Amino acid sequence: MTHKEKYDVVVIGSGPGGLAAAISARKNGAEAVLIIDRDIEPGGILLQCIHNGFGMETFKQDLTGPAYAQRFIDEAMQVGVEFLLDTMVLEITRDHRIYATSKEHGFVEIQAKAVILAMGCRERTRAQVRLPGTRPAGVYTAGTAQRWVNVEGFMPGKRFVILGSGDIGMIMARRLTFEGAKVERVLEVMPFLSGLTRNYVQCLMDFDIGLQLKHTVKNIIGKNRVEAIEACAVDDKWQPIPGTEEIIPCDTLLLSVGLIPENELSRQAGVIIDPITAGPRVDDGFQTNIPGVYSAGNVVHVYDLVDWVTEAGLIAGKSATRLVRLGAAADGLSIPVKAADNVRYVVPQTLHPVHLEENEIRLQMRVTRPIEKPVWVEVRSGDKLITRRGEPYARPGEMVTIELKPAQVEEVKAASELSVAVVER
Amino acid sequence: MPTITEKIICTTCPKGCTLEVTHDGKTVISILNGCKRGHEYAKQELTDPRRMVATTVRIRGAVHPLMPVFTSAPFPKPRIPELLKLLRRVELNAPVASNQPILENVLGTGIDIHASREMKKI
Repeated sequence: MTHKEKYDVVVIGSGPGGLAAAISARKNGAEAVLIIDRDIEPGGILLQCIHNGFGMETFKQDLTGPAYAQRFIDEAMQVGVEFLLDTMVLEITRDHRIYATSKEHGFVEIQAKAVILAMGCRERTRAQVRLPGTRPAGVYTAGTAQRWVNVEGFMPGKRFVILGSGDIGMIMARRLTFEGAKVERVLEVMPFLSGLTRNYVQCLMDFDIGLQLKHTVKNIIGKNRVEAIEACAVDDKWQPIPGTEEIIPCDTLLLSVGLIPENELSRQAGVIIDPITAGPRVDDGFQTNIPGVYSAGNVVHVYDLVDWVTEAGLIAGKSATRLVRLGAAADGLSIPVKAADNVRYVVPQTLHPVHLEENEIRLQMRVTRPIEKPVWVEVRSGDKLITRRGEPYARPGEMVTIELKPAQVEEVKAASELSVAVVER
Repeated sequence: MPTITEKIICTTCPKGCTLEVTHDGKTVISILNGCKRGHEYAKQELTDPRRMVATTVRIRGAVHPLMPVFTSAPFPKPRIPELLKLLRRVELNAPVASNQPILENVLGTGIDIHASREMKKI
């Protein structure tokens, strides 16, 4: 594995976002494209997501995680993307210099014309949700358990309780059941499911695994190893309701309590991070505040579907290549996109109306509260409605999207800012 | 037989529509909500529920000790434990190509087991 000193585009991370970005950069005309990843093989977290359900949007096919990754790994190789694996990026500078370290090459310095950040996200840990109790072995994040069970071949326990109804937690409930473990229960502090409904059906209902909403872990019991957890119901302010405590014997507690974009490198480089998404603030081409530094995928905001991560990578790769070719992005005016009624955040946070002349711009958002009735997803400039779209319902666990179309370019150009709302019809 | 109306959550795609299915235990009379694929799912779910199965089998001489595998088509739900038991005894030798068949016509179902990814010999 040799590498050059200079590249047109360097992508940090070889998960679905990074692979798509690199492929897109090559296909759009970037000469030298490199992906750097700390793992020994490309593919990212998809390699441990051995379940199916990937690729329905992109390929109209139901693929497993590794199979979805394989398609993009093969394509990246075909179009001449270079890989530098088993290599940890230490620092990225504002002028696109990359410092990394690897066992094979030692200290590595690479100069890029554009950098695409595709580091993905990390799981929230016990410390980040402040679980009380002792600190025995047997408390893991669901993704760590997933890596052990699916890739490395270890079972982390025999009797499980899962805190959090995120997709990875529910998928692990099924996976552990397949491998002979007993999953006692899934607890969710919110009054609604945090993952996809289909995973509730095929991972919990199919195996009679109970889900308790508005419940949490009050205490972890055990000295060397988890012996039980104390569960309890919570009120609307997430406070334990006295008298509802229940001891559930188990040897392992898995946490599926949310994902956070991984942006240490971005922050260090001076990329502005949105406090709500915990990812870089981006424009419609996924460029950050630093010219020539792009970001794509779960590093920007946490998606529900890998297909959207791929799409983001493709856009970022294309934008980065345009900048490399032109020397500067001739993006013209930029206007902010704001989250309004019942919208927690919108990505991108800014857009360049001139881009609407060439292509649609897709806005992606999460709602604040669930509405189990038909809703309008609306984009407005002040009071003026620019576009709206109906959805049968809106749930915080499921991303909502709306497209701005080339036909709306004049109205968008005239706007000083856009606001997006999801309201009852 | 009396007709029953029940709610079935469709798992065909990530939308997860709630279908209202009216049936007499054997035949579907009407389905509210969902798309064409969802209606097929509801009929299948009532008569012969099936699921895609993804798991791992042992592999020797590869970068990891496990190879992820999947069923070529949705597999009869009641027979999944039997399938898992069978797959626990399978051991492969690297290299294995992506999508390579591992077992054919498994348990006489006409369904095959395929490798999810490529694993080179190291």
